[in-house]
Amino acid sequence: MVTSVLVAFAGALGAPWVYRGLGNRAGWVLALLPLGLTLYFSSLLPAVLAGQTLRHGVAWVPSLGVGLSFYLDGLSLLFALLITGIGTFIVIYSGGYLKGHPDLGRFYLVILLFMASMLGLVLADNIVTLFVMWELTSLTSYLLIGFNHTEFRSRRAATQALFVTAGGGLALLAGLILLAGMGGSWEISELLTKGEVLRAHPWYLGALVLVLVGAFTKSAQFPFHFWLPNAMEAPTPVSAYLHSATMVKAGVYLLARLQPALGGTEVWSSTLMAFGLATLLTGATLTFRQTDLKRLLAYSTVAALGALVFAIGAVPLTSYYGAVGFAAFLLAHSLYKGGLFMAAGAVDHEVGTRDVSQLSGLFRAMPITGVAVGLSALSLAGLPPVLGFIGKEALYAAFLEAAPAWMTGLAVLGFAVGVTLALILTVPFFRGQPPEGVHEGSPSLWLGPVVLAGLGLLVGLFPGLYNPLADAVASAVKGAPVAYHLKLWHGLNLPLLLSLVTVLLGVGLYFLYPRLLAWMAREPIPGPESAYVGLMRGLMRFSGKLERLLQSGSLRAYLVWTFMGLVALVGLALLRGDGLLWPQLQGLHPGQAVLLALMLLSALAALRLRSHLATVVVVGIVGAGVAIVFLLQNAPDLAITQFLVETLTAVLIALVLLQIRRIGAVPRGRFLDKLVALSFGGILTLLMLAMLAQPMSPHLAQFFAEKSLPEGFGRNIVNVILVDFRGLDTFGEITVVGLAGLGVYALLKGLRKEGKP
Amino acid sequence: MEVLLAFLVGGLAAVGVYLMLRPHLIQFLVGFLVLGNAANLLIFTAGRLGSQFPPLVQRDGGLLEPIANPLPQALILTAIVIGFGLAAFGIVLFYRAEQGLGTLSAEAMPEVFEPAPAPSPVDQVEAPRSEKERVPA
Repeated sequence: MVTSVLVAFAGALGAPWVYRGLGNRAGWVLALLPLGLTLYFSSLLPAVLAGQTLRHGVAWVPSLGVGLSFYLDGLSLLFALLITGIGTFIVIYSGGYLKGHPDLGRFYLVILLFMASMLGLVLADNIVTLFVMWELTSLTSYLLIGFNHTEFRSRRAATQALFVTAGGGLALLAGLILLAGMGGSWEISELLTKGEVLRAHPWYLGALVLVLVGAFTKSAQFPFHFWLPNAMEAPTPVSAYLHSATMVKAGVYLLARLQPALGGTEVWSSTLMAFGLATLLTGATLTFRQTDLKRLLAYSTVAALGALVFAIGAVPLTSYYGAVGFAAFLLAHSLYKGGLFMAAGAVDHEVGTRDVSQLSGLFRAMPITGVAVGLSALSLAGLPPVLGFIGKEALYAAFLEAAPAWMTGLAVLGFAVGVTLALILTVPFFRGQPPEGVHEGSPSLWLGPVVLAGLGLLVGLFPGLYNPLADAVASAVKGAPVAYHLKLWHGLNLPLLLSLVTVLLGVGLYFLYPRLLAWMAREPIPGPESAYVGLMRGLMRFSGKLERLLQSGSLRAYLVWTFMGLVALVGLALLRGDGLLWPQLQGLHPGQAVLLALMLLSALAALRLRSHLATVVVVGIVGAGVAIVFLLQNAPDLAITQFLVETLTAVLIALVLLQIRRIGAVPRGRFLDKLVALSFGGILTLLMLAMLAQPMSPHLAQFFAEKSLPEGFGRNIVNVILVDFRGLDTFGEITVVGLAGLGVYALLKGLRKEGKP
Repeated sequence: MEVLLAFLVGGLAAVGVYLMLRPHLIQFLVGFLVLGNAANLLIFTAGRLGSQFPPLVQRDGGLLEPIANPLPQALILTAIVIGFGLAAFGIVLFYRAEQGLGTLSAEAMPEVFEPAPAPSPVDQVEAPRSEKERVPA
């Protein structure tokens, strides 16, 4: 299992070379990677269906308890099969859809990287692995939405999706770490066995909220749903793959995965059901504002994700319908939505528009796509004999069992919009005349929709094919063995009646669609997206203000900030320490006092001087005074260096600066400057006084004095420290001086060249 | 002497900072040199004064007490040399700036440089070329 994920990553990295070598046929060849993985995961079916859970892992960062550990049960296997299976058709489809695109090689790379990350995400057992993969899917999604990066709308949609999902990812990280702390393990499989400990823990509510924010942002739940329709700026293969069949289900996956551990409380069920229903209705309502094929499908995806979250919330309250409905509807939605997206892209590719009101008579022009769209639309509408019907019936049974009647009623209304949408999508195929010159696309464009729609029909007619896996999925979600008989006909019961109501409502809404469209599309509806836009705008304005404040471009302002910052920090340290102290006065030679006074006076003189020569003298006096202090205090090396450097500096200033104009009128110092200078000098004096009042530890001095000869083989301790104990530091110092010398040389050399005519 | 040094360091630092805040870059440089000396004296005093002998090991391997603290001396030696490198580079840089821009006022320089109020990253990449055009031949 570890190998399969690593192979997927490696294959993705090789994709650009395959494309460079094979050109337009690369899609068919690259599809062998997901196809091979599909076959591999299919080979694991018997073991998983027999009730086994496969675990496999290698150490990654053992010291932190982070491992590449993977875990395969029914739930992760279904997702793995969806990811690799649909991925196969997506790769083939991309080859036809983006044929000749200059960046197609990069596209294959990113979409296969996404597949690998998504695979890692659903197989991960370790929390850190799961999170890393989770963020990788957000990143690859960002790159794919912004694939047409010259378009402003693509870039905006990409950053929006990234901000929302990665922002939720941060919350998820915090939530997962809390869970690990509560359960005492980094492995999800261990946490699943500790559900009672987790639910009774005082952190339960906090961890739950954080995990939910992560899952809701990823799976486009209300109020974070707005990024998903905007993400339709991505090329259609991306919309079909990431934003309907796989990535947006990552949040749903996580909730289903953690259901046995976190579920079973009042807050879990009521929150999930409330937000799921709100999302379902939001997606359904906003459908009536759209005529763009892809955006219509995106809102229907939002609605379906809401239904799935609703179902997970209902799982603990139902005997088995919640879990079974989840399993059936999940597969049905992935199949029909992936197919519908690919078909919509094919229509766009052949006809040149995605506006449903512009399409007509397509069935005659594109019969194969038409059949695929028809079958998928049946599933979308939840009509027999396809899988969508079975899924919806099971969901209705769950809602009837778990939710109050008004919630079920609203859910029926939401599903009715599915019927409406199915009509909106299929009618253009059968009504009117086909546009001129439009014909069926290449096989790569219709293969995916046909196979996916066919699978939906096959499983609908023979539900027994999916039944074992559905039971395994449902057991994983429920946290207890579930055995249920999936079938088309359950006899006359309440869910069937609701289905009938759904269809009638949906058809009714279809006839209202043009009027609703005219009414709802007229004005922008304020929604959570305006909050997002406002937040972003405020953030930019705030950082702009902050930048103007801190990065003013004025040297003086920077220095004031720096020195006042130092004053504040040193002052704080002094206050937190022993406060102000006064050291004992020691013996003082009158000559020394005169020297120090002379230094201070000459420094003060520099404040008033206007001549460069006088400045050189003043600086020289201060420097020489420091050298004499060194000499008096037994630091001969320092004294000689200081004398040399002062002389050299004086020579340099004299050589270079005497050619420059006089300083001129010195503007009077502002009050702030004086304040900054005096407070900085004052805090240094206070610091030194406090320091001198403390005893000094002689350990370091003793260490160097004792080790100098035996270990550094030198008797001049200062020199030994420089070239031996701190040799690397001195090496860095030499480099700096060397570079400064090079800089001086370069600056003067440029001058000489320009001086020549 | 230590207490007097504490006041001297404070005084030198105040003068240095005040000079660095002047608009004229020569004053900035002088202030920088003064501040550097103040910092060196601070580190030196932190290692404590009052020794009788320089930090040298005797021929027989013994130490004469009280010996000067060698560690601050090593640190300051590095600081002096680095400070010199920086000062030398600064002197030449300011000289060149004066030749090219005709001013050594830190407040006037941005006006000479700035062609547009808010240069985008692209403009910043292009900036040196326009600067060269500005330099009088």
